[in-house]
Amino acid sequence: MVEMTWLRNEPEWNVRLDALSVDSPKEQWRGLLRLATCRIDFVQTGKLDRAAQRLAKQGFPTPPDLKRVKLALLGSSTLRHLISGIRIAGLRRGFWVEVFEGDYGQYFQELTNTQSALYDFSPNVVCFAFDAEFLHSLSNGKTDATLAHLRTIWKLAKGAFNCTVVQQTALPVFPDLIGSNEHRLLDSPQACLSSLNYALRSAADAEGVDLLAVDKYAALDGMGIWHDAALWHKSKQEVHPVVSHKYGEYVMRIVGAQYGRSSKCLVLDLDNTLWGGEIGDDGLQGIKLGYGSAVGEAYLAFQRYLLRLRDRGVVLTVCSKNDEVNAFQPFDEHPEMLLKRADIACFVANWNDKVSNLRTIAKTLNLGTDAMVFVDDNPFERNLVREHMPEVAVPEMPEDPALYAQILSDAGYFEAIGITQEDRDRVTQYRANREREILKDSVTDISSYLIELRMELSWRPFDETNLKRIVQLINKTNQFNLTARRYSEAEVKAIMANPYALTWSVRLKDRFGDNGIIAVVFGKLNIEKDFELETWLMSCRVLGRQVEDACMNLVAKGAQDIGARRIVGEYRPTSKNSMVRDMYPRFGFKLAETDAEGNLKLVLELKDYNVRKTFIMISEELSHAR
Amino acid sequence: MQDSIIYEKLTSVFHDVFDDKSILVGPNTSASDVEGWDSFNHINLVLAIQESFGVKFTSGELESMESVGDITSLIKKKLA
Repeated sequence: MVEMTWLRNEPEWNVRLDALSVDSPKEQWRGLLRLATCRIDFVQTGKLDRAAQRLAKQGFPTPPDLKRVKLALLGSSTLRHLISGIRIAGLRRGFWVEVFEGDYGQYFQELTNTQSALYDFSPNVVCFAFDAEFLHSLSNGKTDATLAHLRTIWKLAKGAFNCTVVQQTALPVFPDLIGSNEHRLLDSPQACLSSLNYALRSAADAEGVDLLAVDKYAALDGMGIWHDAALWHKSKQEVHPVVSHKYGEYVMRIVGAQYGRSSKCLVLDLDNTLWGGEIGDDGLQGIKLGYGSAVGEAYLAFQRYLLRLRDRGVVLTVCSKNDEVNAFQPFDEHPEMLLKRADIACFVANWNDKVSNLRTIAKTLNLGTDAMVFVDDNPFERNLVREHMPEVAVPEMPEDPALYAQILSDAGYFEAIGITQEDRDRVTQYRANREREILKDSVTDISSYLIELRMELSWRPFDETNLKRIVQLINKTNQFNLTARRYSEAEVKAIMANPYALTWSVRLKDRFGDNGIIAVVFGKLNIEKDFELETWLMSCRVLGRQVEDACMNLVAKGAQDIGARRIVGEYRPTSKNSMVRDMYPRFGFKLAETDAEGNLKLVLELKDYNVRKTFIMISEELSHAR
Repeated sequence: MQDSIIYEKLTSVFHDVFDDKSILVGPNTSASDVEGWDSFNHINLVLAIQESFGVKFTSGELESMESVGDITSLIKKKLA
């Protein structure tokens, strides 16, 4: 199956692409981004890519909200046919990707020679895509020796470019010599590749390298589709061009995850999505759910899959056109219903349009709508959401509920490169939030509420243990984010290594539970003894609880301790962060500078700073080592 | 399949692969007549033709395609 079936089919796709050329550049970009989210094949992917490259070359700047990424694709055979797929998969998720294709087989020279074109390019991501023949010939099938070489080049790349590294697994292209028990023939090339792929998993984990598991995807689609020996002989293309658009999609899912851009919330319809039939008409006994019928079991299996997603940190919400009492009934009373109301972080059942309801859910949970995936069996609702909220991911749902889980898995919206403790704790955190709301309603004034919460704030500088969560927050936080600068893991590590930088990762606990890391702040001391704050962001879950006051106290103290005289803060306006426009002035910062883009620089004389009083207890887990 | 239908389908494949709606495809059209028909795009062209006609060329046939005439006769042979 070479089609990306979760994407919407646009029968007029070619016509629409041709029609774009008469629009204004801004409209053309909008159109191109929309066309990238349709179900397209490798030929269309190539056309779309050429159109985007043409537009960029004509000097029409790419939309400012596209994240620019430089990716180097290094390998041992032809890779050029994979580039357009990578670039278009980038557009599909809001990246403008520049791809560097190494001369094949020259990767080692490129990595070691500081005069090379690769150094000149200076990638953010290096993806090693070696063909199976090459991997096998590296050390005649000896796994340890091959891994040793890979470790060397991973380190070279990271050391040289401060980049993230992606390693493609080996595509099992060799014909079997034995069969099912191929592993018993130790020098069988196919058996060697299997051991290599197995060993690659732990080796990559140990080195902080992310794998591009083409072996898995080829097994899913069929090796005969991913690889064609005739093409290998003719043009040294190991991955078949007809799946190049999928290859690009898989590459960019990993890059998206590295930049914290994967989705985090599922919005679920109820009738014919979580059970068969309509609860309002069919009643509790009439809906199809549970053992005894194939359809009932299919819905059960889908619910089981959703629960597993929830367990690894995907937030589940409900958006249904139903009376609330009917919508609750299966959750509360149906004996076979696996999902319970406590699993749903936000439950919306009413007769409003779904677009407004999606906005309500996003607001309630303090999530961006671009982090949402909307699952609905009704094509009308899907198209309505696509039309009005192009940033929401909306998979095409198959007719058969038995395929629901697979389509979500195929779509890869929740691609992750690691699961943090915060991911696992997210559901309990949302539940604790509801309990806080109840407390808030029971006390009369805000101070007694804050006292009653019994908040404890602990902080430590960035370190390996909290790095993943920090990178996640830096790339996902839109609203309470003073500068909205995005950094990759490698870039954050560089900041950690900078002796003039101070970093804070801040965690908040209260009587209802641990909120996890909820604020990230860092800055650098410059030669004028100004402490410049580059990033200050906070999770909106803890708004209105004096956390920013407590953080400001920490920053002022930290800056003073390293000898700063002033703190320089920045506010860089985006479409989403107006809520923090006045934060620095509130702390006594004075406006010093406004540039053409409306970015503000504000300055605080440390001697004038009044320590803020809060109801938060502060503890320091690890101090700034000096 | 009639020659005229084959040429019609081929024309549309050429337009897609080379992004040029002015290409006129005839039996003598070869790489030198079409801008962008290099060895890289040759593979894309062949694959798009395979998809469009539902045929598969062997490695030997991949070598022997020099002109649209060659391609047409191969398609006819495959579809016969």
